[in-house]
Amino acid sequence: MSTYSSRFNRRSFLATSASAGAALLVGFYLPARAFADDAAEQEAQPPNPFNAWVRITQDNRVTLILAKSEMGQGVMTALPMILAEELCVDWKHVTVEQAPTNPEIYEHGTGGSSSVPESWLPLRRAGAAAKQMLLTAAAKRWNVNENTCKAANGAIIHGARKKLFTYGELVEEAAALPLPDFKKVPLKNSNDFTIVGHDTRRFEARPKVNGAAGFGLDARTPGMLFAVVARCPVFGGKPASFDAAKAQAVPGVRHVLSIDSIGEGAFTAGGVAVVADNSWAAIEGRKALQIKWEEGPAAAESSESLRQHCLDNAGKPGKTVRNEGDAEAALASAGAHAIHADYQLPFAAHACMEPMNCTVHIKPDAAEAWVPTQAPQWARETVAKIAGLKPEAVTVHTTLMGGGFGRRYQADFVAEAAQISKATGKPIQLLWTREDDLQHCFYRPFSFHRMAGAVDANGHLAAWKHFQTSTSIAAHWEKDGAEKPEQSEFGMAAFLPYLSPNYRVEYTLAKSAVPRAWWRSVENSSGGFVVESFVDELAAAAKSDPLEFRLRLLGDDRSVKDAMSPTGDPVSTARLKAVLKLAAAKAGWSDKQKPAAKGMGRGIACYFSFNSYAAMVVEAGLKNGEIHVARVIAAVDIGRAINPQGVRAQVESAVIYGLTAALKDSITIRQGRVEQSNFHDYQMLRLPEAPPVEVHIVESSEKPTGIGEPALPVLAPALANALFAATGKRARTLPLRAADFT
Amino acid sequence: MAITFKLNGKSQSVDVSPEMPLLWVLRDTLNMTGTKFGCGQGLCGACTVHINGEAIRSCSTAISAVAGKSVTTIEGLSADASHPVQQAWIAEDVPQCGYCQSGQIMSAAALLAKKPKPTDADIDDAMQGNICRCGTYQRIRKAIHRAADSHAAAPKEKAATR
Repeated sequence: MSTYSSRFNRRSFLATSASAGAALLVGFYLPARAFADDAAEQEAQPPNPFNAWVRITQDNRVTLILAKSEMGQGVMTALPMILAEELCVDWKHVTVEQAPTNPEIYEHGTGGSSSVPESWLPLRRAGAAAKQMLLTAAAKRWNVNENTCKAANGAIIHGARKKLFTYGELVEEAAALPLPDFKKVPLKNSNDFTIVGHDTRRFEARPKVNGAAGFGLDARTPGMLFAVVARCPVFGGKPASFDAAKAQAVPGVRHVLSIDSIGEGAFTAGGVAVVADNSWAAIEGRKALQIKWEEGPAAAESSESLRQHCLDNAGKPGKTVRNEGDAEAALASAGAHAIHADYQLPFAAHACMEPMNCTVHIKPDAAEAWVPTQAPQWARETVAKIAGLKPEAVTVHTTLMGGGFGRRYQADFVAEAAQISKATGKPIQLLWTREDDLQHCFYRPFSFHRMAGAVDANGHLAAWKHFQTSTSIAAHWEKDGAEKPEQSEFGMAAFLPYLSPNYRVEYTLAKSAVPRAWWRSVENSSGGFVVESFVDELAAAAKSDPLEFRLRLLGDDRSVKDAMSPTGDPVSTARLKAVLKLAAAKAGWSDKQKPAAKGMGRGIACYFSFNSYAAMVVEAGLKNGEIHVARVIAAVDIGRAINPQGVRAQVESAVIYGLTAALKDSITIRQGRVEQSNFHDYQMLRLPEAPPVEVHIVESSEKPTGIGEPALPVLAPALANALFAATGKRARTLPLRAADFT
Repeated sequence: MAITFKLNGKSQSVDVSPEMPLLWVLRDTLNMTGTKFGCGQGLCGACTVHINGEAIRSCSTAISAVAGKSVTTIEGLSADASHPVQQAWIAEDVPQCGYCQSGQIMSAAALLAKKPKPTDADIDDAMQGNICRCGTYQRIRKAIHRAADSHAAAPKEKAATR
C-alpha cells in the first residue's frame, strides 16, 4: 500500500525562473542558467521530499521520481542515483517513475546539458532530508538519541544492529514530520559514495530491448484518432484555398480542417489537418488533398542568396562583440604572415529517430496530453492556452522519446495537436512524417565566419579577429533579439582562453525566414569548428605542433570569464590543458612508436561549453578515394562523474552525431523551402562507417557538469585537422567532402 | 477484406485495406507498438520485423504480401527479453533513447539465425540498414559478437523456407 501523499504543501515550492517559454529560453543557451546563484535558488522552500521525490511502500519498495526528460542521455539513471545515494537505499531495488508535470515543484526543462549540474545539490538535499526524517522517526519510536542511529540499505539501525526499522515501517510517520533545513541537512562524504561515481546500467534498458518502452508515438487513449498536417513547404506560407473532397474519400478519413499558424510561443506553420482512424489513412488522405499555397516572401530565399547575403555582410564592419588592443593594426603589421580564412556551416536538422508527435485530448473542463517533450511545462502552457483552460486543468504525461537534441524543447507539435483536438473534440495523436520532420524543423543556424590571425616570431598569437554573420537564434526567439542577435551565437569563441593582446570579435545578423533554435551544442557546434580549425591553421603557419601550440597559447593556469554571460563559469585553462594532454597521451600523439596508420593523419581539438571540457584526437585520411575515420580518442572533464558508463555513452553519441554533421548532407534551401525530405538525401552515418571510439574521463571532485552536448564541438575540427595532417589540404566548409582533400 | 497471417506464433486476422503497410497494421490496428515508424520509406530500419525468418521493413510491406506468412515482432522475439541478442544488449548497455533498438535487435537476431558466428563484415552488411541517431553502433557490434559467443544463439524461430 502506497503511503505517497499527492497533496503537496502549497507553501513549499521551488523558485522557477519562468513558466512561460520566453524567459526560460534566455537562459537555455547561456550556460549561466544552469548555475544560478545558489543563494537565490535556495530562497524558496523546497517541497517535502516524500511528496516530490521519494515514495516508499510499507513493504519497503522505493520509487524515485524523475522530473527531467529521458531522451537517451541517461538522466533517468543518473538523477535517481543521486537521490538513492543520499537516501541510503540499495540501487538494485529502486524503481524510477516520471514526475507528473508540475512546474510549481519541479524544474522540468531538460536541455543545455544542465540536468546533472542543476539537480546535484537539490537532489542530494532532498534525499538527505528524507533520510533525516526517517532517522528522526526511528529515533522517536525507540526513544533514543538521533546520533545513535544510522541509515543503510533502506533501513535505520540503532546500536550494532540490535534494533532495525525498514524505511517502509517508518515512512508514514517520517513524511509527516517537519522538514529539516535543507541548507543544513548533512550530506554524505564523497568517500562514502557507493552509487554515485560507479558504472551503472541504464535503468530502463529492459523495456528498450523488448518493445515495451512507451515513446510519444506509442500513446493510446480510448477513442483516439490519428492526424497529419499539410504545411506550406515555403517557410511562412499558408494555404490560400483547399479542396478536401478527394481526401475525405480516402477510407478511414474522418475530418479535414485548416489550423491557423501560431506565432510567438509556438511558431507553428499552420496548414490543413487530416484526421483518420489510423496513421496510414491520415497520410494517404493528406496525399489526396488539393491545396493552393500562398507562398509568401520567403520563396525568394535560397542557400545561394543566403551565402551572398553573408558575403555582403562580411564586407562591412559588424557590431563589436569584443575588442582588446588593436587587432587590425597587428594584422596589418604582420603583412604576409597574417592568415585569412572564411568558414561556413550549413543549416542542420536534428533528425530524431522518432519524428515529432503529440497526443492531446481537450475536454470542456480539462485536458490531457502525452508528449515526448524536453519542456513539459511549456507543453502544458501551450495546451492550456489553446484549450482556454487554466494550466492546472491540463495533465501532461512526459513520455520517453526517440531522441531530443533540442528539437523536443519546442511546443509547435504540441500546439498543432491541441488545435486539432480542440476543433474536433476528439483525442488526437498528431504524427509528423519524416518529410515533415526534416522540412519543418528549427535548424542549427547557417553561419559564415571571416577569420584573421597572426603568430609572432616567438610563436605567440599576435592577433585574432573573428567576424561572424549568421541566422541568429536570438533574433528568432528573443524580445531583444533584434538588438542583440549575437548573444546566442558565440559561446567560448567570444572569450577565447588563447592568449593574445589583440582580439576583435564582430557580429552581423544574417536575415532569413528559416526557423532556427537549439541543435545539440547550439552555438558551440559552429564555434568549436571555426576556432579549433583556425587555431590549427595558425599552428601550421607557425610550423608548430598543434598540441604544443595550443598549450603555449593557453599559457599559465588562468580563469577566463565570459563577458557576454557573466554568471556562467569561467574557462579554466588548467582544465582545458589537462583534457588536451589526456586525449593526446591516450592517442599516442607524441609517441613516435605509435604513429598514425598509413595514409591517416591525426588532428586534435579542445573546447569548453556548458561548463564542461572536452578534447579529441581523430585519426583520419583518404582511403579508396573516400574520407575514412580510423579512430577517435576523447577526453572529457565534467567534474564529478555521476555515472561514468553513461558519460562514455554520451561521448560516443556525440562522435557519431558529429560525424554525420561533418560528413553527410546539409539542409539546403531553394525557393524558400528545404530541399531534403528523407534519409536518402539527408543521410545519416551508419554502422559500417562508425569508427572505434575511446573515452577517457578526468577523475575530478569538482562540482558535476553536463555531458549531453560538450563533446560535440570538438569532433568536426579534430576531423578537419586530421585530414589536413593526412593530405596537407584545409577544408573550411561543412560538410567535408573527399574532393576537398584531393 | 480479411487477411490472415501468423503473428508471434498465433493466428491473426485483420480486416483492412490490402495496401495498408504491415507497420501500421501492427501499430494502429493491433496496438503492437514495439515496431517503430522512422521514415516510411524503408531507409532507416526502425520498422524491421521478421517475415518467415527474414528481416523485412514493415513500413514498405503491404499487408496483402503477408497473407499466410509468419510474422515475428520484437514483442514475440522472446517472452521475457531472454533472447541472446536482448541479453547482450542489456549486458553491453546498448540502448540510449532506444527508439531504433527494436529494429536493430530484429536485424541482429535475423543475422545470427543465419550466421551464428558473424564476422565484422557480416555485421556491417546486415546492420547497415538500421540507423541509430544516438550513435550506439560500436556497442551494437560488440553486443552482436557477445550474443554469438554466448553459444545460445541457435535460431529460436524456424528459418525461412525456400
